[in-house]
Amino acid sequence: MQAVLKIEALSKHFQLHEQGKLIPSCANVDLEVYPGELTALIGPTGAGKSSVLKCVYRTYIPSSGRILYRDGDGRLSDLAQASEYRMLELRQDDIGFVTQFLHCLPRKAALDVVAEPLLARGESLEAARRMAAELLAWLNVPERLWGVPPATFSGGEKQRINLARGLIARPRLLLLDEPTASLDPATTDRVVELIGRIKGEGIAMLAIFHHPELVHRLADRVVELTPPLVAAELLEICAS
Amino acid sequence: MNPGYELPLEEAGYSFGFLDEYAKREVRRAILKAISIPGYQTPYASREMPMGRGFGTGGLQLTLALVGPEDRLKVIDQGADDSVNAVNLRHFVEMTCPGMDTTEHTRAATLIQSRHRIPEVPLRENQILVLQVPYPDALVVVESSEARRKTMHGEGDYARLLTRLYEDIVRFDEITIAHRYPTRIAGHYVIDPSPIPRYDLPKLHRAAALTLLGAGREKKIYAVPPYTDAEPLAFDDVPFRIEDFRDAAGRRCACARCGASDSFLDELIGDDGAKSWQCSDSDYCNEQLAVRNPQEAVHI
Amino acid sequence: MKKVLEVRNLSKIHGRGCAHCLDSTGPDMDSNICRHCGSVVAAHGVSFDLHAGEILGIIGESGSGKSTTVRTLFFDETPSAGEAIFFDGQRQWDLFALNAAEQRWLRNRRFGMVYQNAHLGLNFKVSAGGNIAERLLMSDFSHYGEIRRRARQLLARTEVLAERMDESPKQFSGGMQQRVQIAKALATQPPLLFLDEVTTGLDLSVQARILDLILEIQQELGTAMIVVTHDLGVIRLLAGRSIVMKYGRIIESGLTDQILEDPQHAYTQRLVASSL
Repeated sequence: MQAVLKIEALSKHFQLHEQGKLIPSCANVDLEVYPGELTALIGPTGAGKSSVLKCVYRTYIPSSGRILYRDGDGRLSDLAQASEYRMLELRQDDIGFVTQFLHCLPRKAALDVVAEPLLARGESLEAARRMAAELLAWLNVPERLWGVPPATFSGGEKQRINLARGLIARPRLLLLDEPTASLDPATTDRVVELIGRIKGEGIAMLAIFHHPELVHRLADRVVELTPPLVAAELLEICAS
Repeated sequence: MNPGYELPLEEAGYSFGFLDEYAKREVRRAILKAISIPGYQTPYASREMPMGRGFGTGGLQLTLALVGPEDRLKVIDQGADDSVNAVNLRHFVEMTCPGMDTTEHTRAATLIQSRHRIPEVPLRENQILVLQVPYPDALVVVESSEARRKTMHGEGDYARLLTRLYEDIVRFDEITIAHRYPTRIAGHYVIDPSPIPRYDLPKLHRAAALTLLGAGREKKIYAVPPYTDAEPLAFDDVPFRIEDFRDAAGRRCACARCGASDSFLDELIGDDGAKSWQCSDSDYCNEQLAVRNPQEAVHI
Repeated sequence: MKKVLEVRNLSKIHGRGCAHCLDSTGPDMDSNICRHCGSVVAAHGVSFDLHAGEILGIIGESGSGKSTTVRTLFFDETPSAGEAIFFDGQRQWDLFALNAAEQRWLRNRRFGMVYQNAHLGLNFKVSAGGNIAERLLMSDFSHYGEIRRRARQLLARTEVLAERMDESPKQFSGGMQQRVQIAKALATQPPLLFLDEVTTGLDLSVQARILDLILEIQQELGTAMIVVTHDLGVIRLLAGRSIVMKYGRIIESGLTDQILEDPQHAYTQRLVASSL
């Protein structure tokens, strides 16, 4: 089986011009993600786990390394070099990202927020809403909330809307950044079950989990990130 | 002007038609350009005339540039030949154009200078109608900059005029412009046809006679050449309408004097407060009267 | 994705200009005024693409050249140099090579503009409906009933009460005026819409609803838009890609979330850090 995503020697540091500082984040990350499998990123806070996901999604510009993505036609492209339009295309059709934060329109009902990625792909409004309703029911989101904009929801409710929105479009590659961080145990179990189910559909996942126990339950591969080098070492590398 | 006063020609040294030959030539060139570009406001060097601007100096300069000793001139003000403005202008032309004839009969005239009306009798190919114009630019109501108006005319951009018609219909359920109704000439330029009533506009459309419009104060001459389209602006579903002179019962009012029911009528209020109607075009009224009642017509 | 607009090396210099203008202005010189001749380099070397259905953000402070950029594209100003190609179906328009009548034609039918100041976009002497009628009349609509119907429909779509259709927008609130402007801009279903600081100066709740409306329209009609703002929140909500401008130059461009979370240029970092 061929990897959907293969990251080679990925590093990310932030250059803060104003302060004249170089802030290292992840360094020399190598990993692979396969269809129907979940690769979990572990490591202490500050090891740059989220940075890896954001580099894949181009929310961050990688400092060095390659992010090789294999699309549905088997073509391999380096996301670190891909054009903005290519990235927008992949975000719409191939790569989903579930974060802990929900950015959406203030007036849009939860149901439509979840249905939106399907609409963007050309699904009919009716079908998209039906699928969104199924997913929300599955995630224990009370039906009375479906017609309400999520801006007023609690953290856990928002989280589930966010998950549903990321999962509904069935991307080829799904990036999960602590998708269960603020969920109660029962809902967490539902999410775990859901992730298991979409694994079965062949979706590749790269994830960060809050609890080691979830890593144990869901991960097919585990990649441990080490905290970044101290600045002195980094400067040495830069100089060489 | 004192009717007894005669211009001492040899002393003043005026040319025939008051204007010197160079001035007349300049006006004629402007006329030719105006005819060549129907509806286009041709600028010209409007001369000082021995009367105030606003008293028809634009029309007068056209008349003086056109008239010859063999012409017969009719001057109309609000339909009548005997109102002050018409009488004075006629006198002036009579004085400055020796040998030229004047008339009150539309059919007999070769040149007709008019303010506020087009005669009821259709004009012929060998007649010229000169209209006095206070405000030549139809766009002045929507755009104050003349430079921008010129561009708008050039591009045929009359959306804002039509917007005014739209607003009229919204507010009053009909277009309320009574006179100076914007009219598109030969499918492009929209003109201000001078303060003639809506009733007269259809007479401009494909008329046999040449119509020239002159604005003395604004220094513009424009023309509706013979057999040229003159279409009042309107909407597909809200067509242009003329005044219909119907009374409360829906009957077409008739002239109280000659009985005509096919002319533009002026409303008259009698001493007793009663309303009556009379032809605005006095020559037409007389003509109708002569046909219907030859006895009475004789002494008019 | 289909390209709608291609802008290359757009420049706008106010003043007579001199040989040093370009070297002595820009972000590195911390000025857009040439110290040799006093000319203002409002924009220089601005290049970008816009694709169908895309919203592109242009961020910058006052004097950055962001408004100049869209105003030259909408023919409100004449550029000093540069090229812009508008792709409209089978046709390609070389915008700055067109004559005035062609430019007006495009403005009236294929482009829409919403200004921060409603005075610029609306005629306060006529009613809200009349403003929309005017744009339709510019596109050769000539049926009163049809114009009325479309105007009512557009105002309903932008959530302006039908009862207020025949009032002058002068009496409207700022948010309502923007809605009328948007309705007017959309009247001819243009494939390209320019939005210049449309929510600046509005209450936050009103802002949010206008932004909602803009996104809904973009999703419904697939209209490509250029959104000019100094408000990073507006960009985050609306734009997929963004450009950062300073003193007339583009200093950074990229996906909007990347610009906000991983800004590369010192100025952008400062801008992001200083926003809420």
